[in-house]
Amino acid sequence: MIEPRDGGLNVAVTPSFDVILVGGGGAGLRAAIAIAESAPALRVAVVSKVYPMRSHTVSAEGGAAGVIAQDDSHDEHCYDTISGGDWLGDQDAIEAFVREAPQELLRLEHWGCPWSREPDGRIAVRPFGGMKKMRTWFAADKTGFHMLHTLFQTSLKYSAVVRYDEWFVTKLLVDDGRVHGVIAIELATGRIEALPARAVILCTGGCGKVFPFTTNASIKTGDGMALAYRAGAPLKDMEFVQYHPTGLPFTGILITEAARAEGGYLINKDGYRYLQDYALGTPQPKPVFRTMELGPRDRLSQAFVKELEKGRTIDTPHGPVVHLDLRHLGAALINRKLPFVRELCMKYQNIDPVTQLIPVRPVVHYMMGGVHTDIDGATPLRGLYAAGEVACVSINGANRLGSNSLPELLVFGARAGRVAAEYAAGAPAPGRHAEAQLRDEQRRLETERVQPGGRERIADLRQQMQAAMEESAGIYRTAPALSRGVETLRALQERARHLRVEDQSRTFNTERIAALELSFMLDIAEAIVASALQRQESRGAHQRTDFPRRDDNRFLAHSIAERQADGSCRVGYLPVTITRWPPAERVYGEVPPDRGLKHELSHYASSRALPS
Amino acid sequence: MNRHVAYTPYHPRWHRQRISTYWWLGRRSYFLFILRELSSLAVAWFVVWLLFLVRAASGAASYQQFLEWTRHPFVLALNIACFAFVCLHAVTWFNLAPQAMVVHVAGRRVPGWIIAASNYAALAFTTAAVVALLLLRW
Amino acid sequence: MSSHITLRVARYRPEEESESTFEDYDVPCPRDWVVLDGLNHIKDRIDGTLSFRWSCRMGICGSCGMLVNGEPKLTCATFLADYAPGPIRVEPLRNFPVIRDLIVELGDFMGKLTRVKPWIVRQVEKPLSEGEYRQTPEQLDEYKQFSMCINCMLCYSACPIYGLDPHFIGPAAIALAQRYNLDNRDEGASDRMRILSEHDGIWGCTFVGECTKVCPKHVDPAAAIQRYKLQSALDWVKGIVLPRAAS
Repeated sequence: MIEPRDGGLNVAVTPSFDVILVGGGGAGLRAAIAIAESAPALRVAVVSKVYPMRSHTVSAEGGAAGVIAQDDSHDEHCYDTISGGDWLGDQDAIEAFVREAPQELLRLEHWGCPWSREPDGRIAVRPFGGMKKMRTWFAADKTGFHMLHTLFQTSLKYSAVVRYDEWFVTKLLVDDGRVHGVIAIELATGRIEALPARAVILCTGGCGKVFPFTTNASIKTGDGMALAYRAGAPLKDMEFVQYHPTGLPFTGILITEAARAEGGYLINKDGYRYLQDYALGTPQPKPVFRTMELGPRDRLSQAFVKELEKGRTIDTPHGPVVHLDLRHLGAALINRKLPFVRELCMKYQNIDPVTQLIPVRPVVHYMMGGVHTDIDGATPLRGLYAAGEVACVSINGANRLGSNSLPELLVFGARAGRVAAEYAAGAPAPGRHAEAQLRDEQRRLETERVQPGGRERIADLRQQMQAAMEESAGIYRTAPALSRGVETLRALQERARHLRVEDQSRTFNTERIAALELSFMLDIAEAIVASALQRQESRGAHQRTDFPRRDDNRFLAHSIAERQADGSCRVGYLPVTITRWPPAERVYGEVPPDRGLKHELSHYASSRALPS
Repeated sequence: MNRHVAYTPYHPRWHRQRISTYWWLGRRSYFLFILRELSSLAVAWFVVWLLFLVRAASGAASYQQFLEWTRHPFVLALNIACFAFVCLHAVTWFNLAPQAMVVHVAGRRVPGWIIAASNYAALAFTTAAVVALLLLRW
Repeated sequence: MSSHITLRVARYRPEEESESTFEDYDVPCPRDWVVLDGLNHIKDRIDGTLSFRWSCRMGICGSCGMLVNGEPKLTCATFLADYAPGPIRVEPLRNFPVIRDLIVELGDFMGKLTRVKPWIVRQVEKPLSEGEYRQTPEQLDEYKQFSMCINCMLCYSACPIYGLDPHFIGPAAIALAQRYNLDNRDEGASDRMRILSEHDGIWGCTFVGECTKVCPKHVDPAAAIQRYKLQSALDWVKGIVLPRAAS
């Protein structure tokens, strides 16, 4: 902890840094290491509102994709990613990502990451959703946990990296079109400080908590996205929200795609593998690439909604579910490849996947959208960079393939780190205006802290926001619902000015933080709904029942959401970079899409009878 | 805590919980732990007692004296109590041994219960051997 | 089964009081609620001033460690219904200074973690062009258990030695050191030996074994420590008998 130089005054400006990372997860730590290695003389600080090993990277389970098999190629990974993203991904960025991903994953292996292995000691890969070849590296089913701890423990080697653990960034310092650092609250003491820096890299992750059912942790409140948005950096593709098809019903806890990659089936209340009705191929006893349960996540989540409409889902006290069937995989495989899945099911559902069906439903999981950056993680605002889920480069387009986000953290964390370091080495020192902005921000925050009796409970507004988002920006969207969403969110923004914060203390005041996070989330929610309303087509994870087709003529473009002076959101468009893969139809399964609907119980029974 | 902390208005006072001198009475597992540690005293007593025995074995008269002394109710009670402690010592030691020793045979890890069981087996064998020796009056 | 339960929560507000107190809260008790759900209910609906750490709610981030009826637990993995009819006592982790309510100061552990060099140490780094270090599944199994530590600090809370002497380096730090020592890719065992063989290193441990009992991830730090003691002792003997052969 750095003591204020002027013994106890609330306003103090600490020694400045060259690069500040906001967020200490996979992307933030990878960027910090990249800077420490490429430019060891630079002063780097990681400012995180939680201890880095608590970052949400830790809960990723399935794996990280990187081409290493002999029969695989970069072009195939590119194609899978581009088609998975429904042609909204920028192909130059995807090509760079696919090329660098295996190197980054290998570098992590050299740093000690315990990747699962073949019997001869080489890295093992598994199949994953939407991928034509096996290229997903994995560390049992706790890949994100092992990656994050490897990155965090490796970052401890570099004494040049200073950490501000449990400091909450409230605002970016901006002057003259350039970012000059951040203002942050030290949670443990309530002290508000300006941390000047020549460059800032946002690595704060996504914003799943704007929705009611999500795999995301409580800390995923879109902080970085809101900070950038308020500072004048545009957000991109915000309407693309990924629903992961298999989350547990009450808690929303993630059941990894790896369960399906290892051979799990999704079945409806009749025991029927319903995905075959939705142009995802024919059911086989073993998993087939890009088919059935290994289809892309958006299509699987949409299939659930269709099954629900047909009345073929199972009703539970926590809403409708379908079942994930792992029983045919056997205890040995489950214990070896999916031990965490078994642990979670037994703990939170009282179910043993070895002998019982797992109830699952789609839950919000990932934001394809985020802060608009170029291929190196630079935003249009000078000095501001972003990497990881908070950023939208875009490599994920309209729908992310599973196991692409973990290598994304590494590739773009490293890129943003190196580029920010280069920029910082040549940038002018942060100016004197930091103090004035700090005083303003400090006054604002302190006034809010001691504000007597507002009338709106934080939890109430949060739940109403989440309900509005579920209703208007769910898996299937319509113009009337989205418009209602826009209005509701505007009203909530208004009511949020009268928040009741009972806790007026300084020491670890988490209610104050919750209020700040709520205001961030309301801004982001508005951007999501506004972008969704404007995009009059269906593409990937954004499905409009009033515009059910993909419209490349009008919408083969990224939505750009910018905050206006009056606080509203204006949405414009930016073309997608196409290099070698012209837009085509997005096809999954091995059969033509017009196979026709069949609902045969015997078909299911016979596929179960086949030896697995 | 070995960090010097300066409490200021912007570094509020941390609350440090006091550890009671009787912390070991608070939980069953802590109490058993202390008993286990105390059992080493019982082991030490038996070493001393064995040394007395060795010294007394030099002659018939001194040996008789030793036997009488050992039969004394106080010494008898002490030996019985210490024997119980030594049994606790052995049992806890054997049960914890697998955590301290990882043995590989032919590339596979030997399961913990085998390590514990082999210790018990060794104890049984040694006991049988000593009893046999005594009975056969070697 | 009653539908409500009392949570007796420890409170500490350093700006107002110098001692900690208990406050009782009545929370709903549905079958799938964990203690963390109860605490969130209090914060959202009853008393917004209650502060505690939490994040993933699935037992992987390690934030939500607290004492539940005196036992160190992850509150996201501890069900209210298991404690019916209650009341349930919720307190901050033992053996750490309390900053506020249920939040403890973790700086001591963070420093100790850095001291044991929890990273791959190599004399010569293998270039990426040569591919991965070979590691068979058996070699991975050697250290895999110790790599599961989520840094939740329940072991430090259960360890009476750490409570009595905070200089003790502690279970998780030693387990993580062993995780690297046993990794066939690492060459830093001798570096770590120096740090761990200090008085406050492994020799502070008297094998109470509570750390292993409370670990939610079955890391078994006690095993890591005892095995290391054996290794350290053998190394010391080797150093005397064969001074050049010892590490």
